[in-house]
Amino acid sequence: MTNLPGEDLPLPEGRRAGKPFVSMLHYWRAMWGIIWRELWRFVTQRERFISALVRPLVWLFVFAAGFRAALGLAITPPYETYILYDVYITPGLIGMIQLFNGMQSSLSMVYDREMGSMRILMVCPLPRWFLLLSKLLAGTGVSVLQAYVFLAIAWFYDIQAPWQGYLWILPALLLSGLMLGALGLLLSSFIKQLENFAGVMNFVIFPMFFMSTALYPLWKIKESSALLYHLAHYNPFSQAVELIRFALYGQFNSYAFTYTLLAFSVFMTAAIIGYNPSKGMMMRKGGA
Amino acid sequence: MNKNALTLFLTIVLTGAAQAETVFVTLEKDNALAVVDPIDGKLIKTVEIGRRPRGIAISPDNKFLYIATSDDNTIRIIDADTLKETGKLPSGEDPETFALNPAGDRLYVSNEDDSQVTVIDIAHKKAVKQIKVGVEPEGITVSPDNLWVASASETTNMVHWIDTKTNAIVENTLVDPRPRALGFTADSQQLWVTSEMAGTLMILDVKTKQIVKTIKFDVQGVTADKIQPVGVVIDKDRKRGYVALGPANRVAVINAQTFEVEKYLLVGQRVWNLAFSPDQKRLYSTNGTSNDISLIDLDAQTVTKSVGVGTYPWGVAVKP
Repeated sequence: MTNLPGEDLPLPEGRRAGKPFVSMLHYWRAMWGIIWRELWRFVTQRERFISALVRPLVWLFVFAAGFRAALGLAITPPYETYILYDVYITPGLIGMIQLFNGMQSSLSMVYDREMGSMRILMVCPLPRWFLLLSKLLAGTGVSVLQAYVFLAIAWFYDIQAPWQGYLWILPALLLSGLMLGALGLLLSSFIKQLENFAGVMNFVIFPMFFMSTALYPLWKIKESSALLYHLAHYNPFSQAVELIRFALYGQFNSYAFTYTLLAFSVFMTAAIIGYNPSKGMMMRKGGA
Repeated sequence: MNKNALTLFLTIVLTGAAQAETVFVTLEKDNALAVVDPIDGKLIKTVEIGRRPRGIAISPDNKFLYIATSDDNTIRIIDADTLKETGKLPSGEDPETFALNPAGDRLYVSNEDDSQVTVIDIAHKKAVKQIKVGVEPEGITVSPDNLWVASASETTNMVHWIDTKTNAIVENTLVDPRPRALGFTADSQQLWVTSEMAGTLMILDVKTKQIVKTIKFDVQGVTADKIQPVGVVIDKDRKRGYVALGPANRVAVINAQTFEVEKYLLVGQRVWNLAFSPDQKRLYSTNGTSNDISLIDLDAQTVTKSVGVGTYPWGVAVKP
């Protein structure tokens, strides 16, 4: 954050005094600084970009090929005709990109905290919620970029949606990205050390992904277990995937939208509290 | 401004009117006829029609539907607007498939059990000739120039060439096992024949009556035993032909010039018969065991929708 325009801002004491000295321009510059840093990180870490794409592509080309269901899947909305399994799984894999990206952001927050760069971010004379939201937007922007690259590759693999779907999916990706990123932020407020991230992998990412509609439609899950059906139905990741799935076919799923928006609000609020030095996990862990 | 708005309104109305068409589907198990609006992609209604309706055709003036009700041993004449029965034709035993000649005055029926083709004079509602063909005749079609009737015998594995002037077989062509359906190109120069058991499409030259090309279908991920070609249609420009592949749940898109399979379109289960929209911009397939029809956009070469119609959809005809 050293390249943030912090030097020409008034002293942090001003914030404590509650003086409204910070203009919109300051907010904008801070947000841009955070987003720019995240994008710069993403662009320079080419292996991160490739690995973020390799994971869903392996699922698409290998896993989905094995479960190709060559004779077609039964029709479920938003699909209006029979589809192959790789068409079904694509929105789920976009969700996977965003899920991993959200967790990756949380990982980077823990790293930043360990390296001390978070301290610089947190002493910035702007509200903490705003800094966290900026961080979240930066991460979401990266995940949207990844999702579009994935969709472009899928297009050449003959997984093609109506062209309007590629526009409608943008707001859906932003909301789902924010929701999963907020979950990542919340988790990062709990994680003390980088090594603990393996727990996130096992206890959050995998259950969220597998107990969702990313791989199988709800009616199919219901056939195997009622409990699994309820878990998948109320899994916020499922609703994010459904929001993406419907948007890709130019349709709006109001239930999935409301559910995802609510989940985002809850996770974000909890993350802001979690990062509050006087109330949240920071205090319990002895500060950033 | 008002004039422009009126022009726009009329354009929309007229274009809409030109596109409006009705799809009729026979439902083998429901003993009914389904009426579908393919533009909205909706089932409009279902009417009872007789026992085990299968083959269906529409008269050239689009006023009447002919429907083979196999278990009633008759072909019913239905008013295409009111859907009321106006008469019956003496089809012989167990009529399944039949073909209408371009003038709309003769109907040729395959009588599977009797191994014969019955020629019906529609105006007088009587059979004028019964022609002995091979064992289990199934697919039948009339050439657009009205010179030939081609009948395929499933068990004899033959295509019989019947001269429409004499109503007699003039030649037989041995084809791949279990030939099911046939279709002439619009210029009447080629006859396309599907073989259910060999999983092939054969192109026959009408002049020589010989096979000039055999196309073997191969769908990725689908075993060969499921590839059972049935219905076949060729567009009027002879650019592309389409073959329903039965339990492979696909419609094969074939380049009618190079005879290469360009694409396989995923449709419902056990796709059976095919019909073009009047402007040939859409194709409709009856999917036997998934109880629906699939609507295919031929410009985009994609399946846009599958519409539930009833149990065991079999034949399909389109009224402009």
